[in-house]
Parts: sequence; structure tokens; C-alpha cells
Amino acid sequence: MSGAAAVLELAGVHAYYGRAHILADVSLAVARGEVAVLLGRNGAGKSTTLKTIIGLVPAARGEIRFDGRRIDGLAPYRIAAAGLGYVPEDRRIFTDLTVAENLDVGRQPPRAGAPAWTVDRVCALFPNLKEMQHRPGGRTSGGEQQMLTIARTLMGNPSCILLDEPSEGLAPVIVDQMAAAIKELKAEGVAVLLSEQNLHFATEVADRAYIIEKGRIRFSGTIAELAANAEVRNNYLAV
Amino acid sequence: MTSIVVQFLNGLAGASTLFLIAVGLSLIFGVTRIVNFAHGSLYMLGIYIAYSAVGAFGAAGALGFWGAILAAAFAVGLFGALVEVLILRRIYQAPELFQLLATFALVLMVKDFVLWAWGPEDLLGPRAPGLDGAVTILGQRFPEYDLFMIAVGPVVLGLLWLLLNRTRWGTLVRAATQDREMVGALGVNQKWLFTGVFALGACLAGLGGALQVPREPAQLFLDLTAIADAFVIVVVGGMGSIPGAFLAALIIGEVKAFCIGLGNVTLLGVEVSFSKLTLVIEFIVMAIVLVVRPWGLLGRPQAAQRAAPTHIEPPLRAAPRGLAAGAAVLALVLAALPLTGAAYTVVLMTDILIFALFAASLHFIMGPAGMVSFGHAAYFGLGAYGAGLLLLRAGAPMEVALAAGPLAAALGAAVFGWFCVRLAGVYFAMLTLAFAQIGWSVVFQWDSFTGGSNGLVGVWPAAWLASKSAFYLFALVLCGAGLAALRRILFSPFGYALRAGRDSPLRCDAIGIDIKRLQWAAFTLVGAFAGIAGALYAFSKGSVSPDVMAIPRSVDALVMVLLGGVQTLAGPAVGAAALTWLQDTIARNTEYWQSLLGATILVIVLAFPQGIVGSLSRLGGRTEAE
Repeated sequence: MSGAAAVLELAGVHAYYGRAHILADVSLAVARGEVAVLLGRNGAGKSTTLKTIIGLVPAARGEIRFDGRRIDGLAPYRIAAAGLGYVPEDRRIFTDLTVAENLDVGRQPPRAGAPAWTVDRVCALFPNLKEMQHRPGGRTSGGEQQMLTIARTLMGNPSCILLDEPSEGLAPVIVDQMAAAIKELKAEGVAVLLSEQNLHFATEVADRAYIIEKGRIRFSGTIAELAANAEVRNNYLAV
Repeated sequence: MTSIVVQFLNGLAGASTLFLIAVGLSLIFGVTRIVNFAHGSLYMLGIYIAYSAVGAFGAAGALGFWGAILAAAFAVGLFGALVEVLILRRIYQAPELFQLLATFALVLMVKDFVLWAWGPEDLLGPRAPGLDGAVTILGQRFPEYDLFMIAVGPVVLGLLWLLLNRTRWGTLVRAATQDREMVGALGVNQKWLFTGVFALGACLAGLGGALQVPREPAQLFLDLTAIADAFVIVVVGGMGSIPGAFLAALIIGEVKAFCIGLGNVTLLGVEVSFSKLTLVIEFIVMAIVLVVRPWGLLGRPQAAQRAAPTHIEPPLRAAPRGLAAGAAVLALVLAALPLTGAAYTVVLMTDILIFALFAASLHFIMGPAGMVSFGHAAYFGLGAYGAGLLLLRAGAPMEVALAAGPLAAALGAAVFGWFCVRLAGVYFAMLTLAFAQIGWSVVFQWDSFTGGSNGLVGVWPAAWLASKSAFYLFALVLCGAGLAALRRILFSPFGYALRAGRDSPLRCDAIGIDIKRLQWAAFTLVGAFAGIAGALYAFSKGSVSPDVMAIPRSVDALVMVLLGGVQTLAGPAVGAAALTWLQDTIARNTEYWQSLLGATILVIVLAFPQGIVGSLSRLGGRTEAE
């Protein structure tokens, strides 16, 4: 981590679905104001890693620290309320609630050391949302839902945010907007851990890369080191 | 014309009460996914507490009366919060069956509490001060209080709408109804949200009850009447839909009012008492709605549940080699029992045999087919009444009557089952319970045919079975054969297909198995077996009372299966023996054995929230993972 204090740190984390061993000895760290990307193929364990961090999947062994405090074993709401935001891959918009109400569900009191978000500020980040405050969440497009799910999590004023495949299934113009938003979060000092399959997108936004395969971390380094290592890319990322 | 207007107003007044009960049930289910079987008990508590509070606060002053009503509603809400914190909170992750049973245990305990605190007599409260007169509508007198009740429903609907749509708490509740896990991942502590929703639902039920004080006496059977009504309304309106609950309450309230208003009418030369047919009409309304919109008028199709790592049932094991020999030895020992001359034991053992068959018939659909019925006593009762009625009303010989019992039960199961198999999980449980309650009401109210609350007396077996020992041996043969047949069917292709349907409905569809039809067939089949047990029971007691198809009987069967283990084949028989013996011992020593039974259920559920078998296998799984 080259000196910078880690906001989020996983050390030797294991997780299971029933008896299936999904994560094996996963260790990674994200520093303040850093964007880290977790790369890997479908089923490699990217989503499970993020779900384990937020507490939706229990960590069977290992330690997860957030701001230096152990968070493994805590209920998801406690982890989220501590300032760790989670944006699920399948977005999980409350389709019956309006856009404004979706944002309201995510609202948490402001916290020291993290940017404070308001409806106006998240709408400045994602201008599309501004025009549809009273539209039901279920009647928005895929791209709008992706913006809404990120905006909803930001309303909790997180100091670190977990983004599960934010570029998945989106039109290129929306993907560009996502990249811009992530860069802006980084500029605000928010740490970001995103999972991705899209290497191009990852390269554009991330500082640090981890590659996961079959539940194990196979590579960790800066994004430049990954760019220089064709062998790793071919072994773990090429389809 | 005037009477139609007045009936219409009566219907509106009744609809308000129905709405208050059903809306809480619907709200609670929406957020916690728990079907609160004790919701009718909360309603009943509301009436009783309000009765006492009105007495304590003084009924003459408006402040005292209305203060008492609100205090009762508040007290029931507080009780609901306590129940949520102390019991339900521990079982949100438990299998549905356990959640249903836990709330059912509460039904038993609340009933005994009310019996203990207020006694068995009906208690009629005073009239509401200021609303104790009547107004004249089109020449007919109509109670002022009922006009007030008509307003209560829409007012509560409006307040609920404001609460849910204009407050952050309401927004969180609606969000949690859709995806409670995500609400938690956004930093909201769901625990207090759940407690709040449960308390609100309980408070509404309590209010519904309290407001009935001037209209009807507080009675001990109101809990089950109310819960059956609430289930029907929720199924008709759509689970989780508040406007749906309102609409359904209006429809059911009106239909009931018009039935009562019609009174006795001669149709095609037959005198039909519509006032006694209210529950049957309710059933017909529900049936029509279920056929046209299985998810209710304003509900939505059941969404596929979010994938959870569910417990996978281990396959049933074929009989160990020694089983046949063991069964033969057991049969011989049982057959030799009358030789000991212990007359009381012979009678008790007859009961145990009958209940073993009854429990095994429930286990057949519950375990291997995965259909948890909360109204299995309906078929036991149909068997008993079918046999008894044929014997007494048609003068048929015992042998014929005995054969007719299971036929009647199978017929009933075929009709009810046709609707029930369209639903799954808790919806299935609710519907089976509602049907059983309807069946009970019919036999309870139809004095001229079923003997009403007195039941049928003089249902004695033929001369060759007149001795207790002979009847015991006869029951041994029939029940033994029934148990063997059920077991044989489980290991037939039909049994395999049922289990496949339980474990993976989609895959069954894909390979061409029509699960609904199979389940319907299974439901009908076990209805017949329960009917054999019921018919035997009638002849063993010499009488049939409505109790044979009352809800507690259905719960007995569930507890028997649960005690023995849902996924074991010998379980139901063992559970039946244990529970029958326990009841026999406890019931003779205390008036309050129902609450003891309830407490036992609660202990089982809280100690083994994953089920007894599930808890053991979880322990095993953990050591393997290490």
C-alpha cells in the first residue's frame, strides 16, 4: 500500500455458500481517495467479495477492517452506517418507490471525513435523475437505474463505496458517464472498490488492480503494472 | 328498496372492522414475510381489553369510553411489539412452517389467557356515549354507531396512506416490503422497522376489536373467526396490498350483510337460510377471485423469492432390511394388548392409532410434497361427519357409513384442494386454514342437519365391534393398512414425482410433470386417509362434535408431525403417540392444556429455529467444513 493508510482492508477472508467454498484467503486493501478494481471472469468471486465486505455473505474466516475497525460479523446495516456504501450488481432499485423516495431510503446523517451529499448534489453528478424525481423507480431505463442505485448509496455519505460491475450492460455513452462519476468521487476523497470484467473501463478509472479467479487473488499491483503484464491478463482475463 | 340501502350500510360498517384486521395482517406480512396467525387473537384481545377498560374508565363519559377504546388499541400494539421483540425476532430466518407454528402457539396461549382473565361467558359492553341512538334512513332505523363505523374504515385507510407515503418511516416500510436486505445494506436498522410494523399491525387489529365492544359481545371463539375472515380478505384483495385489503373488505362485508339481510328464502321449493350461509358465500367469492386472479384483486403475481441458500431435504431412505420384521413384531405386540385387560389403555391406544393415521396423512403432503396444510382437520372432520350422518340420517349400516366417511373427505379435499394447490407456501397454509374454518362454521351452524354445536350422538359401531377390544383390533388393522399404503405410495413413481415437485418445480415443469395435478391428487388422496381416521374416531367415541374439524385439531396434527420429524416416515406415528398420551395426561390435570401445548411449540421453535433435523445437520455440516 506504499505508505498510504488503508480505509478498507481484507486479510485472509474465506466465504462459503452452503458447502461451496467461494472465497479462499482473499486479502486486499483500498487506500483513502484511491480507486481499486477487482477484475475477474464470471463466477470468479468478485460479487461475493463485495457482499462479504458489506456483510450480506458471512466471512467464515479472516478479518475485514474498515477505518481500522473490525467489521466482519457485523450486521449489514451497521457496516453501512459506519460509512461503507454498497451498490449491488443487480441494482436492486425499489421499483414501487419514486426516484426521490429511493434516494430518501439511502439518506444517512453526514459524517466527519466524508463528503456530505444532498439530493441536489447527487443530481449534479447524474443530471438525468433531476428530471425524474417523481417517476417510479421501476419505470426508469437501465442506465438511469444504475445512476439511481449509485446516487442512493451516496445519500448515506459513505467514505468508501463498493461498486459491483457499474458498467455492466450499459450503453457506451452511459459507461462514460459512470467513469466520470467515479473520477469525481475519487476527487472528493471517497475510496472506491469496484468489481469489473471490462478491462478498458477499469484501466480508465482505477489506480490499483486485483485479479481474482476461483475465489483466490492471483494478482495485485498498480494498474500500470497490470498493463505491463500481458501474461497475467491472458491467463486470468482473456475470454 | 329501503332494506337494500340499509343492508348496504350494514355491509359498509362490517367492512370497516374486516379492513382493520386484514390490513395489519397484510402490512406485517409485507415487511416481515411472516403470516401472523395470532392476528385474530390480537383482535380478540382488543375487544376484551376494551370491555374491561370501558368498565374501569367509566362508560358514561365520552372521554372515558373513547379513552378506553384507544387505550385498548394501544395496549394490543404494545403487546404486539413485545411479541415481535421476544419471539418473532429470533425466527425470521427460520423455515416458514416454524414461523407459522410459533404464531399459532400464540393463538393457543392468548386464548387460554383470555379464558383465565375474563372467563368463558360472553361479555357485552355498553353503548358508545353520544352514539347510542339511531337515525332514520328511508323510514328505517339505523344505529348511529354503525354510521360512525362506516367512516372509520376510509379514515384509517387515509391515515395509513399518509403514514406510508408522507413520512420517511413509511418510505422505509415500503422499501423493506420490496427488498428488506437492500434496506439493511443502505444502513437502516431493520429490527426496529419490523418491531414498528408489527406493533402498528397489532394496534390496528386491537382497534378493530375495541371498536366492536358496543356492537357484539366478547367471545372466546372470535380469534379464529377473525383470522379466517382476515385470510379470506387478504387472499381476495392481494397479499401486501392495502387498497386491496380495503376493496376486499368492502366486497366481503357487503356480501355478508346481504346474506344476513336476505334471511330465509325459498329457492326452487327449497328453503335456504342465507343468514347462515355467510361463510359459504365468502368462500364462493374467494373461489371466483382465485380462479380469475390467483394473486388477488389488487395483488401481484408472487415474485420468485430471492435466491437464498435453502435447506436441501435429504432423500427419504428405503426401509432398512429389518423393518418389515420389526413392524410385524410391533403389530403382534399391539394385537396382544387387549389380552392384558387394561381397558383404559385399549381406549387410549385406539386414539393413538387413529391419530397416527391422521398425522401420517398430513405428513404425506407436508414432508415429501412440501405442502404445509393448516386445515387438515377438515378432512378428518368430513370423514367423521360423513360416516355419522349416513348412519343417523340415512340409516345406513355401520360398514357402509364407515366407507362413506373417507369418500366424503376425499370429495371435500378434491374441491378445496383444487383451489389450494394453486397457491404455495404461506398462501397455501392460509387457504387451507380458511377452508377448514369454513367447514367448521358450516357444521357448527347447521343445527337441523349436523346437530350444530351439540354434534351427532349415537354413532355406535355394529354389534360385532361393540366391545372396546374388538374395535381396537379393527382400528389396528385399518390404521396399519393405511400407514403401510401411504408408505408404499411414497416409494412409487407418484411419490418420487411429488418429491421432485417439492425440490424443483421448474425442472419438473421442464420434464413434463404437471405438479399442480399431482399435488391435487395427493391432497385428495390424503384427504381420504384422514377421512378413514375421522370415521373411525366417530365410531370409537359414539359421537361427532364440531371440535373434530376445529383449528386446534389441525394444529395437533402439525405438532405430531413436527415432534416426530418432518422428514422421517415413522415420525408421524411416534409424534401422534407422544402428543395423544401427553394430552391425555395433561388435559386431566389442568384446564389450560392448550397454552401448555402452545408453550411447548414455542420452546421447540425457539430452541431449534432450523428444525430439529436441520439443526443437527447444520452442526454436522460445520464440522465437515472445518
